[in-house]
Amino acid sequence: MIETRGLRKSFRSRAGRETKTVEAVRGVDLTVAEGEIFGFLGPNGAGKTTTLRMLATLIEPDGGEATIAGADLRKTPGEVRRRIGYVAQGGSTWDESTAREELVLQARLYGIGKTEAHQRAVRALDAFQLAEFADRKCKTYSGGQRRRVEIALGIIHEPKIVFLDEPTTGLDPQSRAHMWDEIRRLRTEGMTVFITTHYLDEADALCDRIAIMDHGQVVAEGTPTELKREISGDVVQVGLDVVATPQAAKALDGEAYVRKLETVDEGGLRLYVDEGATAIPQILRRLDQVGLALSSIELHRPSLDDVFLTKTGRSLRES
Amino acid sequence: MKLARDTWLIFQRQFQLLIRNPVWVFVGVFQPVMYLLLFAPLLKPALNAPTQAEAYKIFVPGLLVLLAIFGGLFQGFGLIAELRAGVIERSRVTPVSRLALLLGRSLRDVVSLIVQAIIITLLALAFDLRVLLGDLLLAYLMLALIALMTSAVSYGVALKVKSEDALAPLMNTVAQPVLLLSGILLPLSFAPGWLQGIADWNPFSWAVDGTRALFAGDLGNDRVWQGLTIIAVLAVLGVYWAARQFARSVR
Repeated sequence: MIETRGLRKSFRSRAGRETKTVEAVRGVDLTVAEGEIFGFLGPNGAGKTTTLRMLATLIEPDGGEATIAGADLRKTPGEVRRRIGYVAQGGSTWDESTAREELVLQARLYGIGKTEAHQRAVRALDAFQLAEFADRKCKTYSGGQRRRVEIALGIIHEPKIVFLDEPTTGLDPQSRAHMWDEIRRLRTEGMTVFITTHYLDEADALCDRIAIMDHGQVVAEGTPTELKREISGDVVQVGLDVVATPQAAKALDGEAYVRKLETVDEGGLRLYVDEGATAIPQILRRLDQVGLALSSIELHRPSLDDVFLTKTGRSLRES
Repeated sequence: MKLARDTWLIFQRQFQLLIRNPVWVFVGVFQPVMYLLLFAPLLKPALNAPTQAEAYKIFVPGLLVLLAIFGGLFQGFGLIAELRAGVIERSRVTPVSRLALLLGRSLRDVVSLIVQAIIITLLALAFDLRVLLGDLLLAYLMLALIALMTSAVSYGVALKVKSEDALAPLMNTVAQPVLLLSGILLPLSFAPGWLQGIADWNPFSWAVDGTRALFAGDLGNDRVWQGLTIIAVLAVLGVYWAARQFARSVR
């Protein structure tokens, strides 16, 4: 469905007299299969949105090539536009217009006739449970309602692929869960869904496959399970107070069963070990030896954050 | 065909939003009406005109051109709000014609200007201004072309600067000398030679002269076709440039 090779984009930014070139995206290769929910995970500024905007024909790549739903991005952007939908991160509805007006206009901009556009608007309003607010101005909607209108706008022309840029950012937990259901529904209707997110749980729960992006490059790609399996072993999280944390780190660093050790900001340690069940008694014994009391000890399977950490050297939560 | 259809769609949408909030048409007309009521009465003695009606024949065309220039130049503000709301980006991912995105908006501005011009003309009629309908329609064509150009330029600049803070001083800086050098408030025939020389380089000065000739019933005056031609060429250039801004990546 999507195939990109070496997609690149840099921006020139001017600060005073100096112009600086920022390489936002430096060679992205991606393959997205038909009918999957593909997630682009990475911290803010990693180049996710820039890549998405290139794929959606909004900015021209500096280099590389891409085929989207069978159309060449560089040679026939008009054809790409007809086949894709795009929902921007910052919203796309006008305060003074109603959802129905927006939907009809959007359908008509895609070349759909008047009667058909009205019918599609009605269907979209029903499908996104917006019918009761259909004729109220967008400025009266809640954040979740407005986001649903925006997604409905992005798919009014029944595209093969829809790009959603951070679809759940700024939503409360309930609207967020609701949005996940909507996104899954798009897939069951036969659409390929490409989302960006900086939420680990979202990528894990929603996406069939993900690519982790950092500093303008894809650093890992696969299903969440595959990626987590790459980091063989377990994670042991030890709860300690802030004073005891550095002492414990010193005591455990260099122990044979500890592959990697990381300090948690609020106090405590994360230890990457080959096998949790055998490591835990040794950890307890070692801490007892140096006379440190711990408040908790937990065993985790690796999370996507651990994947991110091993690929980029820092935690997604910190960046 | 596609261009006409797309332009109509954008125009319809923009027009609908305008009439939902028509107060802006009247806000726009407020200042010229004030000039008409509170400034124009000074003109008969100042211009040494034989009657008040003669003074209006000189002043009203200038006032209408002023309205067209300013009304157009400040349309960019609305576009910046749309840019911020993501409406422009949403249009740009569709296959809609980029020229239509501009033309639909600018034509809305032209229509709103003509409505304002009609209000001013009707008020001036009450002050004994008389003008032939044919001449008046040709004058309105001039105004429409001016508004088309200035609103297109304003949209193009708005897409480039993307901020109200930058647009406002920029537009004021452009509008001020253009206004003073076009003989809008007083005819440049009163101006010293050097000032007239500079004004000859101001296309709006030609437009004002042409519009005045039309209001005076002097259809054969060279300034009429010269003014119309100059403004028409500039309008085409302005529209072309601004449409390119819509097509280019906005970020």
